[in-house]
Amino acid sequence: MSIRRASVWPMLVWLLCSLPASAASPDPARQAELIRLLRQDCGSCHGMTLKGGLGPALLPATLNEKPAEGLAATIYHGRPGTPMPPWKQFMSEAEAAWLVELLMSGTLK
Amino acid sequence: MKLLRLFCGLVLVSLLAACAGPQLRGTGDLGLIIERASGRVALINTSAQQVYARIDGLGDLSHASVVYSRDGRYAYVFGRDGGLSKLDLLEARLVKRVLQSGNAIGGSISQDGRIVVAQNYTPGGIKAFDAETLELLSEVPAEYAPGRFSKVVGLADVPGNKFAYALFEGGEIWVSDFSDPKKPVTQRFPAGKQPYDGLVTPDGRYFLAGLFGEDGIALLDLWQPEKGARKILENYGRGEEKLPVFKMPHLRGWSVAQGKAYLPAIGRHEVLVVDVATWREVGRIPVRGQPVFVMARPDGRQVWVNFAFPDNGKMDVIDTLAGQVVHAFEPGKGILHMEFAPRGENVWLSARDDHKVLIYDTANFAKRGEIAADNPSGIFFTSRAVRIGF
Repeated sequence: MSIRRASVWPMLVWLLCSLPASAASPDPARQAELIRLLRQDCGSCHGMTLKGGLGPALLPATLNEKPAEGLAATIYHGRPGTPMPPWKQFMSEAEAAWLVELLMSGTLK
Repeated sequence: MKLLRLFCGLVLVSLLAACAGPQLRGTGDLGLIIERASGRVALINTSAQQVYARIDGLGDLSHASVVYSRDGRYAYVFGRDGGLSKLDLLEARLVKRVLQSGNAIGGSISQDGRIVVAQNYTPGGIKAFDAETLELLSEVPAEYAPGRFSKVVGLADVPGNKFAYALFEGGEIWVSDFSDPKKPVTQRFPAGKQPYDGLVTPDGRYFLAGLFGEDGIALLDLWQPEKGARKILENYGRGEEKLPVFKMPHLRGWSVAQGKAYLPAIGRHEVLVVDVATWREVGRIPVRGQPVFVMARPDGRQVWVNFAFPDNGKMDVIDTLAGQVVHAFEPGKGILHMEFAPRGENVWLSARDDHKVLIYDTANFAKRGEIAADNPSGIFFTSRAVRIGF
């Protein structure tokens, strides 16, 4: 048991805790795809840095007041009467919920 | 003897090098490429098809756009984060940078070249700056109802040192006259639901605002503004269910070719064709996705179309004589933008996910070259400097 190894554990635990940990978390490759989609394609309206554009900012401060289920439904089904389209052909409901957790957690840098 | 000849040759070469002095450049074939993720632009020569310098430190350049001073020497870069940067293309350096708002979407430059105007989402409105110093001259908040501010879209310069633009939430077209740059005078015109972008025809007469919230386009005759804005292409969807729109289309005067305007349909995989003399629909051209940029080659014989996610690897080319797509291809991943060479022999396409700008011959669609760039988005050539509405 080296000192070096011992010091890695808190880091790992912190990393795991800081990522959304719902039962249905996508695998790492899919997570990377979803984050890319978030930045590049959600980013068309919400800004690549998610600080908002034609669509509102997707930062924790702007989302935390809203219920997570409603936000996930907005991603999955879209919001009629606004430019927000449904994204259901590109992700599952569980993946939409994972994206909401990720956005609200503030861990996305 | 051989040695002597070599010696003389060396002397001659060094003499020539000493006489050459600094390299002179004209601005007519220069331009820049936005490297959106790294806050950097690549300065390019469109004849040599090469990058000659890069300028860093320009902030958040996602959705950045550029206008040019009328001499083509200075580029004004509008960043998403509200940054306005003035670049010198000849000295390849940042001249000045100001943070003018929290969230911006683009800008335009006045007819006389003295005023640069930025259009902002937050706080909603436009701001006018001295093109020389970037000093703030005046602003027009987009307060369409007491205490309610709108995002501004579609800002375009029009003759008379005026600027036309539309209010997304406000549903109006505004025209601000900057004859006195410190005291702009604004006229308001009801337009329709959720204008998403606008364009001025290349002659500067008509302003069009594309509507997202309803099928149709608002049209204002700037020569007869007292007649107000009217709708054209009304109900082009005729109650049919719209397809989802994963990215807003972009409008500019580049859509006008051969007396017709080629416009992206919202929620339909079509380009709408309108006769500019009558403003009646004269055709619809099916394409392979939701159009984003619908841009005519400068001579108007071709119109090139790129698409929103998930079809953003495709390009369709319409022949305006045949009235249909004559070339369809997949040049790369994430085709975000295009720009024609000033007279249209080549078109440059940014392939964001391939980290390349691709250069194609528009006559035979052969690839002519490529340039490495980090997440390239907008491509802007100095030929924009002399166009109305840019």
